[in-house]
Amino acid sequence: MNAQPQALALDDVRIAPAGRVVLTGASLSLAFGEVLVLAGRNGAGKTTLLRIATGLLAPDVGQVLLEGRPLAAHARREVARSLALVAQDSSVPFPFTVEEIVLLGRAPHLRGFGFESREDRRIAGACMERLGIGALAQRSILELSGGERQLAMIARALAQTPRILLLDEPVAHLDLAHRLALEELLRALAHEGKAVLLVSHDLAGAARVADRIALLAGGRIVACGAAREVLHADLMREVFGVDALLVETSEGPVVVPRRAG
Amino acid sequence: MSASLTAGRLVRVLATLALALIAALALGVAVGPAGLALADVWDALVGGAEPVVRDIVLRVRLPRVLLAAGVGASLATAGAAFQALLRNPLADPFILGVSGGAALGAIFVIALGASVGLGASAAPPAAFVGAIVAVLLLLAAAGPRGRLDATRLLLIGVVFNALASALIVFLASLAGLAEGSRIFLYLIGNLSDARPALAGWVGAFLALGLAGLLPLARALNALALGDDSAALLGFEPARVKLALLLTTSLLVGAAVAVAGLVGFVGLIVPHALRLLIGADHRLLLPASALGGACFLVLCDALARTALGGPELPVGAITALVGGPLFLVLLRRRDWALR
Repeated sequence: MNAQPQALALDDVRIAPAGRVVLTGASLSLAFGEVLVLAGRNGAGKTTLLRIATGLLAPDVGQVLLEGRPLAAHARREVARSLALVAQDSSVPFPFTVEEIVLLGRAPHLRGFGFESREDRRIAGACMERLGIGALAQRSILELSGGERQLAMIARALAQTPRILLLDEPVAHLDLAHRLALEELLRALAHEGKAVLLVSHDLAGAARVADRIALLAGGRIVACGAAREVLHADLMREVFGVDALLVETSEGPVVVPRRAG
Repeated sequence: MSASLTAGRLVRVLATLALALIAALALGVAVGPAGLALADVWDALVGGAEPVVRDIVLRVRLPRVLLAAGVGASLATAGAAFQALLRNPLADPFILGVSGGAALGAIFVIALGASVGLGASAAPPAAFVGAIVAVLLLLAAAGPRGRLDATRLLLIGVVFNALASALIVFLASLAGLAEGSRIFLYLIGNLSDARPALAGWVGAFLALGLAGLLPLARALNALALGDDSAALLGFEPARVKLALLLTTSLLVGAAVAVAGLVGFVGLIVPHALRLLIGADHRLLLPASALGGACFLVLCDALARTALGGPELPVGAITALVGGPLFLVLLRRRDWALR
């Protein structure tokens, strides 16, 4: 799968807003057809890395390549057709219906005042079905639970028909069944040739879903590889500052944290 | 239950609201100290009727209802835009201090302008300038990189309103009692000065404001998801927000200059419409213009007739009607979503 062209590459990125170094010498590449999970402590700079990878933040040093071209050389609309982000914050202040929210994913494909076409509606409908929220289409987003809203936001990102999908802790509000369903969906998307980058604290889930896991600590990627290479006690201590017991299961290694010392 | 927006649905909803507005305008022209039958009103409009009736309809009532319609449309549209800007359905231009800035500009001209040869007709441009100055102060106070954080803006707006009120009272004191009563009417909001030229100002500013806002409607929908999500859907949040602030200060400037601080229209009309027709700004913005016009024409008709003789300032009516209605809507928010 790594024979595919690079979807997204961060090269030696440094950013120090207001003098506080968040990332320094951070390099990470994401290939089409793979699921990459990014993990690290709270405040390690995962969300900052996502913001740099999407062009929302410009790095002080280093560059980002989107499908082989510098990200800064792309227009916003162009970026939006190539890449979609499911952000951590999924709050919406107004009573949009789920369908309206998902149709917003078609925005980069519309112009001006722009009514959505029949085809746009078909795509939005298919994305809602894929997330299992077709029945919620006409419900107000304000009436939904956090998990349902999260699914609507993922459907919205899919409706962009992106080649690259980034998700910032998408499982946070999801129950076990929906976590598994989402993992299956992400695997299916990678199988379709899309590049998937997922920020997650759920290392057991990561071991199931990821082709590679990248660990962020001290402002850089300290390890990146298959679950079995990355999830071991030394790295868990370095990255998370905890002693960890690694339990081998049929679903991959499971990290069981223990109080250090 | 309404499906997502299509051209057909847009036309149906706006046509319905336009019909409601026409009915409200007809009622607004018919009622007053001299009650008129709708047939008389129609005769006067098409050139018939007695000269007295024609004068009342064409010289007094029509400018008045058109002014009410223009002010209501401006305030409601500006309210919808400010709510999108701040991602808060309860925000409005008054909270941001833009109305305060506009009122200060207008009152500056009214209170002190006469001594340097400026008449009251200079009030609308002065109010617009005041609104723009308020916007520029907001932008300056919001931070060096122009990042418009909603909470910061709200707090800055509160402070700016306090400053504007203090300066308005200061100017009112300087102007003496005669001008002071006029300033009182400004502060509560009224439509008693309904010269056709003023309705013209409001109409022109409204057209400009809508022309600026409607092309941004889809961007406003995206902004509801947050700045980052809007940017990643291909929009430019900072540029959209700047355009929003400029167009809405046009709308607010014109409305405040001619009617003073009429409250609740920008808050209540978009809120009520969202419950009825949904949140899509492609429909909500033009619907707010029509709905706001309708609302203020009806409030003004009530203001002119409620006491039988002397008229109330329309701002008192909008507050009395809007306040309780707003509280009821707040309680119903849970179930009354479309």
